[in-house]
Amino acid sequence: MASAHSRASRPDDVILRAEAISKAFAGTLALDEVTFNIYRGKVNVLVGENGAGKSTLMRILSGAEQPTAGRILLQGEEVKFATPRDAAQRGIGIIHQELNLFPNLSIAENLFAGREPTYPGYIVDRKRERLMASKLLERLEQRLNVDLLAGELPLGLQQLVEIARALAEDVRLLIMDEPTSALSAAEVDILFRVIEDLRDHGVAIVYISHKLGEVQRIGDYVTVLRDGRLIAEARMAEVDTSWIVERMVSRSQRVAFSRAHVSRGATVLQVQELTLPSPGAGLILDSVSFSLHEGEILGIYGLMGAGRTELLGCLMGDQKLARGEVRIMGRLATAQDPASRLGLGVALVPEDRQAEGLFPGLSVKENIVLSSLRRLSKLSILSNHLQDEAAKRMVRDLSIATSDIGRPVSELSGGNQQKSVVGRALLTQPKILLLDEPTRGIDVGAKAEMFGIMGQLADQGLGVIFVSSELKEVLAVSDRILVMARGRITAEFAAEEATENALVQASASREALEALP
Amino acid sequence: MKIIDRPRVGVPAEQVTSTIAFNRIRVGMLLLRLRALIALIVLIIVFSFLSPSYLTAGNLIVMTRHVAINAILAIGQTFVILTGGIDLSVGSIAGITGMISGGLLDQGLALPIFGVVVFFSVPVVIAIGLLVGIVFGGVNGLAITRFRVAPFIATLGMLYVARGLAELRSNGGTFPNLAGRSGLGNTGFEFIGVDSVLGIPVGIWLMVLFGVVAALIAARTPFGRRVYAVGGNARAAVLSGIRVNRIKLAVYMISGFCAAMAGLILTSELGAAYPDTATTYELNAIAAAVLGGTSLSGGKGTIVGTIIGAFVIGFLSDGLVLVGVSTFWQLVVKGAVIVLAVVLDQAQERLQARITLR
Repeated sequence: MASAHSRASRPDDVILRAEAISKAFAGTLALDEVTFNIYRGKVNVLVGENGAGKSTLMRILSGAEQPTAGRILLQGEEVKFATPRDAAQRGIGIIHQELNLFPNLSIAENLFAGREPTYPGYIVDRKRERLMASKLLERLEQRLNVDLLAGELPLGLQQLVEIARALAEDVRLLIMDEPTSALSAAEVDILFRVIEDLRDHGVAIVYISHKLGEVQRIGDYVTVLRDGRLIAEARMAEVDTSWIVERMVSRSQRVAFSRAHVSRGATVLQVQELTLPSPGAGLILDSVSFSLHEGEILGIYGLMGAGRTELLGCLMGDQKLARGEVRIMGRLATAQDPASRLGLGVALVPEDRQAEGLFPGLSVKENIVLSSLRRLSKLSILSNHLQDEAAKRMVRDLSIATSDIGRPVSELSGGNQQKSVVGRALLTQPKILLLDEPTRGIDVGAKAEMFGIMGQLADQGLGVIFVSSELKEVLAVSDRILVMARGRITAEFAAEEATENALVQASASREALEALP
Repeated sequence: MKIIDRPRVGVPAEQVTSTIAFNRIRVGMLLLRLRALIALIVLIIVFSFLSPSYLTAGNLIVMTRHVAINAILAIGQTFVILTGGIDLSVGSIAGITGMISGGLLDQGLALPIFGVVVFFSVPVVIAIGLLVGIVFGGVNGLAITRFRVAPFIATLGMLYVARGLAELRSNGGTFPNLAGRSGLGNTGFEFIGVDSVLGIPVGIWLMVLFGVVAALIAARTPFGRRVYAVGGNARAAVLSGIRVNRIKLAVYMISGFCAAMAGLILTSELGAAYPDTATTYELNAIAAAVLGGTSLSGGKGTIVGTIIGAFVIGFLSDGLVLVGVSTFWQLVVKGAVIVLAVVLDQAQERLQARITLR
């Protein structure tokens, strides 16, 4: 073992050990006696599919959540982190996947928010703040005007500012949750040089990523989680991509939601060379072409930032900058606006239910009928009878659990809220149904119901596009699967030939990404 | 959610108490929901004890006439606020409408090219006035939707612009004679502000008409439902196929239309068109909507609530005058009542959340 390791002759020193950590949420076990070792001065990679428990474990290590059982040993001494501040005081920093910058403040102000350098007293020493900010950014090889507003920076630079903010504190252990999802290849190189520099200064790094090529490049150790359990820990040098993929994906059977695949009908959607420029530089979608057939469930798999949500946005007419051809039932869709797309027979169930799907102040009924008001009116006056009838039909068809369709939709469970949004889409009598992560944040039973609904809809002749980052779900319900990476379609599989390994490889392996220009 | 009315045999003691507490919460909820109406009833009771002339038919009609102007302004304002916007320009739009209509009645429309002055009949003048309101509201709406100006700023600008134009129309002067001349066929403008039908002033009838139509539009038409949707979640509204900008444009036009109607009634009542008519009325209109339970963040509120709110404000101010409270104290009381209304609104939200949690 020691000989395989070049930098140190003695066994590596564990700075933090999470021992037999369990975490239960309302009946489900998110973590089941997971032991995770973090080595000093090493890059400790944590991989696993969505829902494997990576984020929960990191939230526990950074004090945002407390374990139900188990203990945390920091340099052999048991510690308890009641709050993120406790963890920070012990030198544990975390860079979250979502950006936490103040868009209205300058880079310098962001870097020192909450711990501004001051003159004796309460006056901020702006000169020193800017100087310190410049130095931090120089470490990240960025020569930026630190007076620029964070909100005006491209996403990649914002991510680097976020990283600089973590560096501004004296950290012994730095957790990075998908730090590269918004970075370009050149920015990733910079980040990796910073990580190597930190590592050589003895800082322990926990690096979470789906991008297997990346983690193999930077990682010293790799730990695999699956379904809340520790599957394996190894030195990166001793393993390869297929070893990791094999341990990430379970060998469980796919029978749970499988459906009889029907024969293809006519083409309902034809997409040609769809391209979407990014507001900064580059492309979010790069010449995407595919078709969708009547009665087909087309699964789209890809990692965060692959362009899946934007693709659905383009199909729904919600991306004004989109170029390319979209034909719906053979007709060229010209107007870029959701109202006309709805008229052409396209309906979308958005990814972020709370922000983009629900009207929390309106009742279940009002939520369901909202896109079909014209049809439910007589002489321009809404018909209570028609509305009730339509809403009740959806409640019955989708088995939405509510005692009274007049109650606010916000009182329903997540799964039933989601079904209400689906009900609204279905009530428009679409030919094409776009589902963006329809199973996110809903419980297992509701997921199974959602798949049942999708199957029924396809059997009735709808073309369904199902975007998901859950491998098993995509495999279980799709008739055909497209894999996306960096705004392109990297692979297409028929249901019979698709495997978890193949999907992961196509979406995330270094070879797949490097094959792209 | 079902109302648990009576504990069955064998229910543990703590559950019984929690059921009682739960019922108490529901009663509290109902009282809070009806707070504007309860406030109005309390006001009437208190003032009729303090002043014997308060609760007389004559006084009630006088007070309701005052309420009518503000209620009509507030109805338009409610549509705007329901979308999450605000319209600060309604007082000024009422002012410019009065000046343009008053000018047409008093001096007619001079057409120097033909060397003639054209006088329009009263219905045409009223129609022109209402059109003016729609156009000014439309300009607000376009600034907000096409040029992405924040509603507060766009309508604040219009507050000044419309008032300035009202002053410019007469160079700061007054149009004193709105009675018209029978030879010109433009008599009868006093109908909407002074005359009565069945013993009730026409202004009050107009308030009733506007209230009924607006309540119907808000509660029972696709447009009304979309107004609530835009205010509740604009992003979800777009993805649900609602043309959000059209809805927003329409509510500012409605608000302008209502402001014009209020301006016409007020001008008719006064019998002359003054350029500073209805100054600061926008604040009373917003206050009425808020008192009636309309949420400034949008998506929540009713037309009936707004009208009750307008009654609370009007009956309170007139009652204070009648009892002889100084105008300075009137301002203090009015301001305090508006803030109290929002405090109660917050209490209702918290109580609602507690009920939802059960």
